[in-house]
Amino acid sequence: MTTNQTIDNQPKSNITQVILASSVGTLIEWYDFYIFGALATIISTKFFPLENPTAAYLSVLATFAAGFVVRPFGALVFGRLGDLVGRKYTFLLTLVIMGGSTFAIGLVPSYAAIGAAAPIIVLILRLLQGLALGGEYGGAATYVAEHAPAHKRGYYTSWIQTTATLGLFLALGVILITRRSVGLETFSDWGWRIPFLISAFLIAISIYIRLRMSESPLFNKIKAEGKISKNPLKESFTKRVNMKMVLLALFGATMGQGVVWYTGQFYALSFIEKTCNIEFVEARNIILIALAIATPLFIFFGWLSDRIGRKAIMMTGMLLAIMTYRPIYKAMYELADVSKKQETEQSIYNTDVTTMVITKKYADGTIYKETTKNAMPTKPVITKEINLGTNAYWTMIFLIFIQVVYVTMVYGPIAAFLVEIFPTRIRYSSMSLPYHIGNGIFGGLTPYIATRLTTHLGDPYAGLWWPIVIASLCFMIGMIYLSNRIDENVAD
Amino acid sequence: MNVIKRYFGIIWILLGPASIIYGIIQAAAELSPNAKTPPTQETYTFWIIILIIFIPIAAGISLMGYYALQGDYDRLPKDSSAL
Repeated sequence: MTTNQTIDNQPKSNITQVILASSVGTLIEWYDFYIFGALATIISTKFFPLENPTAAYLSVLATFAAGFVVRPFGALVFGRLGDLVGRKYTFLLTLVIMGGSTFAIGLVPSYAAIGAAAPIIVLILRLLQGLALGGEYGGAATYVAEHAPAHKRGYYTSWIQTTATLGLFLALGVILITRRSVGLETFSDWGWRIPFLISAFLIAISIYIRLRMSESPLFNKIKAEGKISKNPLKESFTKRVNMKMVLLALFGATMGQGVVWYTGQFYALSFIEKTCNIEFVEARNIILIALAIATPLFIFFGWLSDRIGRKAIMMTGMLLAIMTYRPIYKAMYELADVSKKQETEQSIYNTDVTTMVITKKYADGTIYKETTKNAMPTKPVITKEINLGTNAYWTMIFLIFIQVVYVTMVYGPIAAFLVEIFPTRIRYSSMSLPYHIGNGIFGGLTPYIATRLTTHLGDPYAGLWWPIVIASLCFMIGMIYLSNRIDENVAD
Repeated sequence: MNVIKRYFGIIWILLGPASIIYGIIQAAAELSPNAKTPPTQETYTFWIIILIIFIPIAAGISLMGYYALQGDYDRLPKDSSAL
């Protein structure tokens, strides 16, 4: 019996366990990674100097981005390890590093307490998080794909693809519950540390589940046959036939997929919060609802990719994103543009001697609140918050939902696509690098670059040039060079 | 189709250095003391990150273009024996 037949004949309960164990661990790693980004606004006031809030926010985005930039290095380090010693122990190790770093961020004293050491320690821990994530995803995707039958590879690996969104969902959910439980003031003071500290508990559960798993059957097979690569990195990136596929996977698939993903889930949040001034909780609720509705589509498009091919779905998602981003963001901006709404009520009051609050109500139910804090001798700090009326609120959710549908199209089939273009002996290393350059660098830097383009050029839509240009380039390369063929045999 | 794949290789080869030059020109303009908005620490951080990260990636797209021009993508491998 061949390895492919062994995989096809394994009991359903076995593959369910494999998917569950891999997905839970990956979900928790994403949770750990995202709480930092989701709390960027608060973190910027805790670990960075307060004199310039915009500079502090950009600094924290840069620290956030550092976690992404280092991911390709994690892919190299842990990819190599995974191809040498096996998938199981490698992604157990990444889990421990991720959980430890996240827990430690929750314990770092603030800038006010220890000065410049605070952002430095946070940066180091953020780099460790990025390294761990760089090793995790390739291992989990490879592990599931190497257990999956050929005709269900897209479907089974798509469960891993849901974990990134569910991880964000979990992160936002824990933040909102914590904030509601401890109150806004306590949350801003120290309560924001709780989501980081909870990670230790989640990681312990995941380690327990993963320890009960066995090694990938395909890895065991090549190990028994003595076919393990002696130097996976050298084989992956210096051998021309492999390197050309690594480059094609990056420029023809993961680069565009990365920017579509991070625009739909992260830049969208940054845009509605920083550019549209939607209130903190409401902004996160909008994203959460859109994610909850769209997440099952990861599974659908993974399943569909087993029938009509991976390329067709990914390229369609990319093309739709390129064509509709500008009208979607224009509609989002206009929903929150109070200058075009009919004002029905206004009140001005002081909460204390230094703080003045202006509240305006509009005919569609939108509420605008402007708080001015005079903190002499520095300039007054003005914060604007908008709570949308019911119709505008649901329209905003719909506009985010459309973007998440694009995410599910480009991201649902990508694990199966990457697994199929590289052989077992160098799969972990070879697929991890293009995935993490595409997602970690092109995708992960999207909020940072797009926010900067917007503030630098003064145009609220300028940030969209980044995902549109990158996705267009990737679409062209993918359409010209990629094949829509599904590789039946990944046991080679 | 193979002819198109190869001709497009020339575009990818040129795109690498073109994007590096564009990046350097933009960085020089923003970091210049005569810039419209005086450069801050954040401006330096941004451009250091962008240039360090994207120069090797730009080299990568040129390499892919070179492979395309050489006909490496005319036929993609159907299984690992071709790798």
